[in-house]
Amino acid sequence: MTRTYVSHSHPWWRRALVTREVGIIALLAAVFAYASVAVANFAGPLTVTFLLLDVAPILLIALPMALIIVTGEIDLSVASVVGLSSVLVGVLYQAGLPMAVAAVLALAAGGAAGAFNGYLVAYVGLPSLAVTIGSLALFRGLAVGLLGTTAVTSFPTGWTSVATGTIGDSRIPLVVLPFLVLLAVFTYLLHFSAFGRGIFDIGLNKEAARFSGVDVARTKLILFVLSGVVSAFAGIYFTLRFGSARGDNATGLELQVVAAVLLGGVSIFGGRGRLHGVVAGVLLIGVISSALRLEGVTVNIINIIIGLLLVASVVSPNVLAWASQQASRRHRRAHAAPTHEPTGAVHPQGR
Amino acid sequence: MAEHPPPALELRDASKSFGPVVALRRGTLVARSGSIHALVGENGAGKSTIVKIIAGLYRRDSGDYLLDGQPVDFSSTSEAKARGVAVIYQEPTLFPDLSVTENIFMGRHLLGKGRRIDRAAMYAEVERLFSGLGVHIDPRRPALGLSIADQQIVEIAKAISLDARVLIMDEPTAALSGVEVERLFTVARALRDEGRALVFISHRFDEVFALCDTVTVMRDGDYVDTMAIDETDPGEIVALMVGREVGDLFPKTPADVGDPVLRVEGLTSAGTFHDIDFEVRAGEIVALAGLVGAGRSEIARAVFGIDRYDAGTVTIGGAPVTAGSPRAAIRAGMALVPEDRRQQGLVTDSSIARNIASVIRRGLARTGVLTSAAEAGAAGPWASRLEVKTHALDMPAATMSGGNQQKVVIAKWLATEPVLLVIDEPTRGIDVGTKAEVHRLLSELAGQGLAILMISSELPEVLGMADRVLVVSEGRITDEISRADATAERVMRAATQSTGAHA
Repeated sequence: MTRTYVSHSHPWWRRALVTREVGIIALLAAVFAYASVAVANFAGPLTVTFLLLDVAPILLIALPMALIIVTGEIDLSVASVVGLSSVLVGVLYQAGLPMAVAAVLALAAGGAAGAFNGYLVAYVGLPSLAVTIGSLALFRGLAVGLLGTTAVTSFPTGWTSVATGTIGDSRIPLVVLPFLVLLAVFTYLLHFSAFGRGIFDIGLNKEAARFSGVDVARTKLILFVLSGVVSAFAGIYFTLRFGSARGDNATGLELQVVAAVLLGGVSIFGGRGRLHGVVAGVLLIGVISSALRLEGVTVNIINIIIGLLLVASVVSPNVLAWASQQASRRHRRAHAAPTHEPTGAVHPQGR
Repeated sequence: MAEHPPPALELRDASKSFGPVVALRRGTLVARSGSIHALVGENGAGKSTIVKIIAGLYRRDSGDYLLDGQPVDFSSTSEAKARGVAVIYQEPTLFPDLSVTENIFMGRHLLGKGRRIDRAAMYAEVERLFSGLGVHIDPRRPALGLSIADQQIVEIAKAISLDARVLIMDEPTAALSGVEVERLFTVARALRDEGRALVFISHRFDEVFALCDTVTVMRDGDYVDTMAIDETDPGEIVALMVGREVGDLFPKTPADVGDPVLRVEGLTSAGTFHDIDFEVRAGEIVALAGLVGAGRSEIARAVFGIDRYDAGTVTIGGAPVTAGSPRAAIRAGMALVPEDRRQQGLVTDSSIARNIASVIRRGLARTGVLTSAAEAGAAGPWASRLEVKTHALDMPAATMSGGNQQKVVIAKWLATEPVLLVIDEPTRGIDVGTKAEVHRLLSELAGQGLAILMISSELPEVLGMADRVLVVSEGRITDEISRADATAERVMRAATQSTGAHA
């Protein structure tokens, strides 16, 4: 009468190793090792520091972006929120507010920008692609409108040195610390909470999620607000690191974020993805562009290579699925007896 | 009979299966020119499958299909159309932004000089078609905004312009008012008198007897009988439609009926259902019977908070349940096993364990942390209790059979320890063995004091399982029948009864 079940059909090592994420991590390690040997100065003391300082905004924004893409939505306005928060922090500080107050207000503005996107997507029911292309232009327009073509360049040195500093005598930048905190928070949210299970359910089958009591709209709203707040945080970091608040800061960054998230194994169709893959995806893009830059390759060529990598990463699951389908078809054909059924015979239509 | 020309349409012993599910065992339908032939049967009797085979949408697995005595074998609807077979569906699918004329000439515009589209000729042709049918529709107006009745007329005009010899009307009157039905009948009789063969599918016997001259009855995918209409009566047809021994197939054991659990009062959703009042008591199985499209699932969805409603109240154990919130319904102790397993009941790409734990997972988190191990641990006993057939709990639900999937959906809801289980089509599309298991389980759950609201289109299931039967027709409860009084005939009569909503 009572049946017993095993929890998993494969042993733990196979589940842990045979994943797309492990593939990306292995590729990251291989590219890093190759660059350390083959690219002059890559193994130098400052490379890792600058690499991490450079990719920090992408690393940060990729976390909420991954969760949004897992629900099957997308947020293309993130780079404009970076620009908007950068301008806000500059303008507010210049107006005489303490730096901390300016930063908190910029974070709040980021949350409001995310809530704007989230409300339109989750409660009005508009497609996030359209909504966030619109707000990409809207937020960037606000940012440029507030500051024009000028820049705010005087910031307290205590703050700017934190943004560019390293942990003690190590080569690890300080910005890695808030990133690790956020990574822990988002890992918990996506992989170790009921909320995160709801995120996957929404991405795989929104209707079934609703029938199981998942509040689809609320979940999406929360994710867009998080995306706005984290983007604003990245904007403040961006401003302090370069000591410059400008309306056009981080233009085009959203494409690098989306590229890294997809490269890290998150499905553009929603429902699939893991954060360690996303982190590896961001770092892979960072390592490749850093190594190529050291080799004197121009930014255009780097963009072409990253673009190709992205297309390959989106196409590869489909190619792999097609290949395994072909293989199983060949297998079946080889095992099926070559009978010629008479016309009108029963053709079972397996679905 | 030898001097008769061969029938316009002849389908003999056609069968069709989808994997293990047999949709049509033995479909036989012979329609003659100059005749209107009724095709009747319960939900799931195989009528739609026959229509789809005739229309070229499905290919039969076996059997003969002849048109005017010639064997045919269609692999697409366009082949069937080219041979003069047209199907008018309950809700036609016209292109709303194109004109009536463009819809009629879709894909075969009349061409004038220099291969230019000859609109004048097309309009003239459509005027001619409409006046032949005795209807007044502007050929130039867009299809958008046409009533369903007018859309059907446009489809009929299209069929005639294609010189269709066989016209199949699949429940054309379901969404029509009385006047529109009369006009459709006038058109149908005119087509019959022109020597075309018509097949008319309807659940309304008054219409069948008013319009048709011959009737074919189907049951459980099987051909039952064909009769001349003036040699039979509605009572005989109902008996043939349901004529099965119900017997002890469905072992509902008597249970002590307790206090009311669910009480629904005055529930109304404009255009869908009206003034729905009923209650379900602890230990009781109440069935919502009726035809597909009568509004039963919509009532269940509203009660569970998936859809909003315009008026009325839903209470569980005397406490009102917030409308429009499945979460509130779940908190109140409701569970809903929905109609569409793959779309609504399960996240099929997710694992069995995650599906079973999907409603209770909030409570499985220890100090806020939810692990796969906790989910598998909670899911295991429920999977075992329902005898879900799988080796590992991390297999995606998509890999399982329909019956097993249904067990997973039921397990997921039983894990919430509900006080009310709403179960929509509990055994649709699942194999006979699992069917019996599900029935035994429902009976056992009722015995333990669970209140069960069951929606079923299968009469034997309704009659075998329900302590009380509520029959829904056209969005209203038309009859309430106790177990002792429930007969197939009485349920069918209430289910096909017009509530006057269409008159």
